[in-house]
Amino acid sequence: MEQNHSTTHEHRDDTGSKLGMWIFIFTELLLFGGLFLVYAVFRAKYFEDFHIAAHQLNVFIGAVNTLLLLISSMTIAMSITAIQKNHKKFALLLLSITFFLAFIFLVNKYFEWGLKIHHHLYPGSDLVLTLTHGEIMFFGLYFFMTGLHAIHIIVGMTLIGYVMVQVKNDRINSGNFQHLENAGLYWHLVDLIWIFLFPLLYLIT
Amino acid sequence: MTSKTTALPPGSFFDQQGKYKGILGWLTSTDHKRIGIMYLMCILVFFLVGVTLGGIMKLELLRPGAQYMDAQTYNGMFTVHGIIMIFMVVIPGLSAVFGNFFLPIMIGAKDVAFPRLNLFSWYLFLLGSTIAVLSQFGGNGPDTGWTFYAPYAINSKTNVSTAVLAAFVLGFSSILTGLNFIVTVHRMRAKGMTWFKMPLFPWSLYATAWIQVLATPIVGITLLMVIAERTLRIGFFDPSLGGDPILYQHLFWIYSHPAVYIMILPAMGAVTEIIPTFCQRKVFGYQAIVLSSLAIAGVGYLVWGHHMFTSGMSDFSRMAFSFLTFIVAIPSAIKVFNWIATMYKGSILIKTPFLYTISFIFQFMIGGLTGLTLGALATDIHVHDTYYVVAHFHYIVFGGMGFAFFAAIHYWFPKMFGRMYDEKLGTVAWAIVFSGFTLLYFPMFILGLRGMPRRYFDYLPEYSSGHFISSIGAFVLIIGIILMVYNLVKAARTGELAPANPWNGRTLEWKVASPPPLENFDHDVEVTEHPYDYE
Repeated sequence: MEQNHSTTHEHRDDTGSKLGMWIFIFTELLLFGGLFLVYAVFRAKYFEDFHIAAHQLNVFIGAVNTLLLLISSMTIAMSITAIQKNHKKFALLLLSITFFLAFIFLVNKYFEWGLKIHHHLYPGSDLVLTLTHGEIMFFGLYFFMTGLHAIHIIVGMTLIGYVMVQVKNDRINSGNFQHLENAGLYWHLVDLIWIFLFPLLYLIT
Repeated sequence: MTSKTTALPPGSFFDQQGKYKGILGWLTSTDHKRIGIMYLMCILVFFLVGVTLGGIMKLELLRPGAQYMDAQTYNGMFTVHGIIMIFMVVIPGLSAVFGNFFLPIMIGAKDVAFPRLNLFSWYLFLLGSTIAVLSQFGGNGPDTGWTFYAPYAINSKTNVSTAVLAAFVLGFSSILTGLNFIVTVHRMRAKGMTWFKMPLFPWSLYATAWIQVLATPIVGITLLMVIAERTLRIGFFDPSLGGDPILYQHLFWIYSHPAVYIMILPAMGAVTEIIPTFCQRKVFGYQAIVLSSLAIAGVGYLVWGHHMFTSGMSDFSRMAFSFLTFIVAIPSAIKVFNWIATMYKGSILIKTPFLYTISFIFQFMIGGLTGLTLGALATDIHVHDTYYVVAHFHYIVFGGMGFAFFAAIHYWFPKMFGRMYDEKLGTVAWAIVFSGFTLLYFPMFILGLRGMPRRYFDYLPEYSSGHFISSIGAFVLIIGIILMVYNLVKAARTGELAPANPWNGRTLEWKVASPPPLENFDHDVEVTEHPYDYE
């Protein structure tokens, strides 16, 4: 990492900024870590119920969403390279694709949740309360974990929107792209958490 | 007296800068010194509210039977007292006030790494505190105790969700402060200030910041789960839906035990600054103090189970947690030895900050040693959930962190406000605070050993003399605190102007004017010597 300290009065520390982002990502991982711990405890306790309840989830939509997030992670990484090479328009296009894919993820999630709610499979519904303890716990975890993840998608989309404006105004350019890189790091985190949520909730049946 | 007051010298950070004047100039300032003082003001107000609630409880407990309130009011009272004191006073406490004000100066920086984020953290703190205060109105205030134990916290009809949300927001503020401090220490140290030339208060803040960052998210998610349970009936911690209340306790204490070290480590750091200055002697075992701070931060993460010895855990877990609890006493004791050894053969100047410091060491040792009684499996069964626990943690949290805060505010007051407090009044206030504290909390050890359970608004007649002495102590303590606050507030307005280095300290904050200029240093700082090189 070359020294970015310029001689001008403005203080800018890209390494510090990136360090801050990484530490924030640790805290996000620990936030979800608490949930994964709860998942592990109840999965061990209600192994069979989790097995049965997981069949209710739509693996196809889950897989499509996984693919969408993986591609979006790629496009945002590419946008950083594009900015480094001064391809502003291409970078904006890639960021728009990332934003769009994130939006489609939420649309899929909306239909997925909508169908569950239509079938009265949501926490606290009369139907769910008649199920076994393990199944109650599974649907509770499903909605809580994917819900919290969806909030993170929205936060990520906000960040992507913000850096898009900055790219447009040339505030982010080949000499100053740390905000874009931080947004990219955050988006990879959102992707990474989904990579764990998908098998834990959908695939282990 | 007021007619003789001289104005502060120009050029300090108190002078108006930027486009807003007056209060707006403060509320929009990203200057770490102004933010530190804004934290100080908020924390002072919350502390006085917490003290008042504590005083009302002691008034109720003065005699057996119901005097002024019913049991439910009392439950609400100790809950709010706990929430305010833990989340709004002692957790931000030293690191938000003195950390913000002095960390950048002591490492020779102009500000923290992310000044705007720093101001945002303060607003989050204010938001969280406001929500906590609002939880008292509209319906009943929460009555679960500050620990929000499930399943009662799930079923209680009081405003638990609001209080839990407040704790979540305050935790977020704490995380962002910790993050800011870590990056500041890594990236902003002055030229020549290597890790092992950094003063010990910044070191303790650094260790604390890692706990803030790594432990707080766990309680964050736990509190969100409690809110989800209350609103959506998910049932993570509700046994009637298959949940596990013990799991709640684990998740809660995974954060809330390290939180004790979030409180005490900066307190230890402040004390480690005060002792060399007031003894004019190089600190004994600099590296041992650094490593013990890191060891406390590390091992302190792994001892949470000792809060749950009677809740239901395997024997092996109980033994492991008990063992680790004893291990964490070692670095704490190393610090005490180092403080005492620093004083040995020093030329000791006994002024108010030093008086608070030595009473800190005294009380911290009582609190720490009684902690070992509680960390031992057999004795814990006997004293669990009694006044012995209440006395123990008040000795650590108030007698330790609180007294270190008082020591630090007197020590750094001339630097922060540019004026001296009245030394004689300060000493008298210390004597009253110290006696009141001992009278208030020491009888609780005996009450606890004799079986008085905590969190009860009434008691059997055999406990009445202990409670009576304790209540008298509370009133003495409150008088002392009022006197101390009066002395400081008066000094901030009309005290004599302070010299740049009233105590002959060696760390960087004493090399700038009192109060410091806006960007702390007029020129770039270069450090060559060790921070405690006294002759």
